[in-house]
Amino acid sequence: MLQFIFKRLIVIIPMALVVVTVTWGLIRTAPGNFYSTEKKLPPAIEKNIKEKYGLDKPWYVQYGKLMGNIIRLDFGDSLKYEGQSVNEIIWRHLPYSATIGFLAYLVALLIGLTAGIIAALRQNSAFDYSSMALSMLGLSVPNFVLGPILVLIFALWLFWLPPARWGGVSSVVMPVITLAAVYAAYIARLTRAGMLEVLRSDYIRTARAKGLDEKTVLLKHALRGGIIPVVSFTGPALASLLAGTVVVERVFAIPGLGNIFIQSVLNRDEPLILGIVAFLSILVMIFNLIVDISYGYLDPRIRYE
Amino acid sequence: MAEKTDIVKGTSLWKDAWRRLLKNKLATFGMCVMALMTLLVVFGPMVLSWMFGITPSAVPEDAALLKSLPPSGTNIMGTDELGRDLFARVLQGGRISLMVGVISTIVSLVVGVSYGAISGYLGGRIDNVMMRIVDIFYAIPYILIVIVLLEVFKGENTPSIITSLSEAFGGSGPLNQIFLLFFALGLVSWLTMARVVRGQVLSLKNQEFVLAAKATGVSTLGIIFKHIVPNTLGPVIVYATLTIPSVMLTEAFLSYLGMGVQAPYASWGSLAADGIKNIAIFPWQLIFPGVTMALTLFSLNFMGDGLRDALDPQTRKF
Repeated sequence: MLQFIFKRLIVIIPMALVVVTVTWGLIRTAPGNFYSTEKKLPPAIEKNIKEKYGLDKPWYVQYGKLMGNIIRLDFGDSLKYEGQSVNEIIWRHLPYSATIGFLAYLVALLIGLTAGIIAALRQNSAFDYSSMALSMLGLSVPNFVLGPILVLIFALWLFWLPPARWGGVSSVVMPVITLAAVYAAYIARLTRAGMLEVLRSDYIRTARAKGLDEKTVLLKHALRGGIIPVVSFTGPALASLLAGTVVVERVFAIPGLGNIFIQSVLNRDEPLILGIVAFLSILVMIFNLIVDISYGYLDPRIRYE
Repeated sequence: MAEKTDIVKGTSLWKDAWRRLLKNKLATFGMCVMALMTLLVVFGPMVLSWMFGITPSAVPEDAALLKSLPPSGTNIMGTDELGRDLFARVLQGGRISLMVGVISTIVSLVVGVSYGAISGYLGGRIDNVMMRIVDIFYAIPYILIVIVLLEVFKGENTPSIITSLSEAFGGSGPLNQIFLLFFALGLVSWLTMARVVRGQVLSLKNQEFVLAAKATGVSTLGIIFKHIVPNTLGPVIVYATLTIPSVMLTEAFLSYLGMGVQAPYASWGSLAADGIKNIAIFPWQLIFPGVTMALTLFSLNFMGDGLRDALDPQTRKF
């Protein structure tokens, strides 16, 4: 097991480099660059700028330098936000996204798992139908519709919560609810489906036949297999949540990483794009590794050599 | 005298499934709403302009200062910022939104299922490499890939499969771009499907029926696509129904950022995005497109759920 983890951890570094390479290739494949979208610069100034960022060198020199810098986790300065390093920008905006993302996932897990398990245990009951209908609603309302409607009701009509801006607990409530709704709905559905399948399986019958009490059967046997779909969903979901969700950040004016990333893509701000992508990719791979490890614990039939 | 005997008719899996699907009230509700929505979206704009002379692009001639009118007898969903009838625009936008759901999901289904099944079945080193490639694409934000695909394949670089499809719908330049968007969305949404199918295949490939197929000499591709893939149908349908709303949402999100469906075309997403700007004063401009979209996704989800219950023999209720 330790060997498996070690192997996968080692793989993360070249993988991150590959991700950055592919991204870099993608950026360079698309026509145009940061300077082509700006106002036309005088040739002398453009030459100086390109020299400063090394853009006058052939592509392989630029690529080599990029890889060298990334191994040292130095992504250079942003093109758009002059004089600010990419690392600085990421660490400045990450805490906002991470706070909201993490809280939203906790809320989603709490609601989703509870609703999903109860719905599965009481299949075809009123609770099952109503909670699944509610989860459908959660999946069906786009968050950029839900967010503004919440603002309309709780901020503009009832004056209970601030409509936007960051500060204090009250400002977190609506963004977290907006973000969590979809995830809670997904988790509830995945849990219910997973539990229903597991509850019919042979090993649950065996557990019952052995005379185990219902609580042990459910919590020690069924739950482990039943939440596997939720676990596979958690890795990528958590990574994308922690890194920020653009819509919520825009609707509630939160200075998170998601919005910065979209801006950097629209601006063709190459160092910033690469920095955020590298950061995200490492995050996703670590979460996926955790997910893969937990598979082995949850389902003894899955083994890693 | 010989007794009259009843001929026992065999029922196929699909007939059985269809019967079970019709028993599911919520799924039937979803199918009815979707059928109605499709009819409305396809024929609605024509009927509306025929009978009431309302078209999605007509701007009122009298230059009233306030063009956003609340819902009324003539404009049942009100009007937008430019005074255009919102109902007609929602119907027209629905065409694009429904097409996003269908076309992008088919693209992602084809890619994701084949990829996941092959990776899971072959296993070993190939599986490892194929899944690491999925990891790489997971790690690259899809929005970057969509933008690059849209930039690289725009104009005359659009593959002929896309332009011919767009021409089949009577489109030219601007519509080609929208069809390119459909494909781009499909090409970034297959990753989860691949992972799900692979996971299913991993647990299926050691079962007896695969061994039996191997023993009778079925080819590897035959085993994958004829024996294993049909057994993954349950989760695949569930995930496909999650993919339809998610691609529709992604399209809406891209439109919200100004990168998706462009004027003169509209989708529910782009209409809702336009409505957000005026949420405090003209809330209907967000609420009607938003609710229409939500109702559609709601029905699609129920249909998918019903299909799963109907198709998956393991959850069959006797």
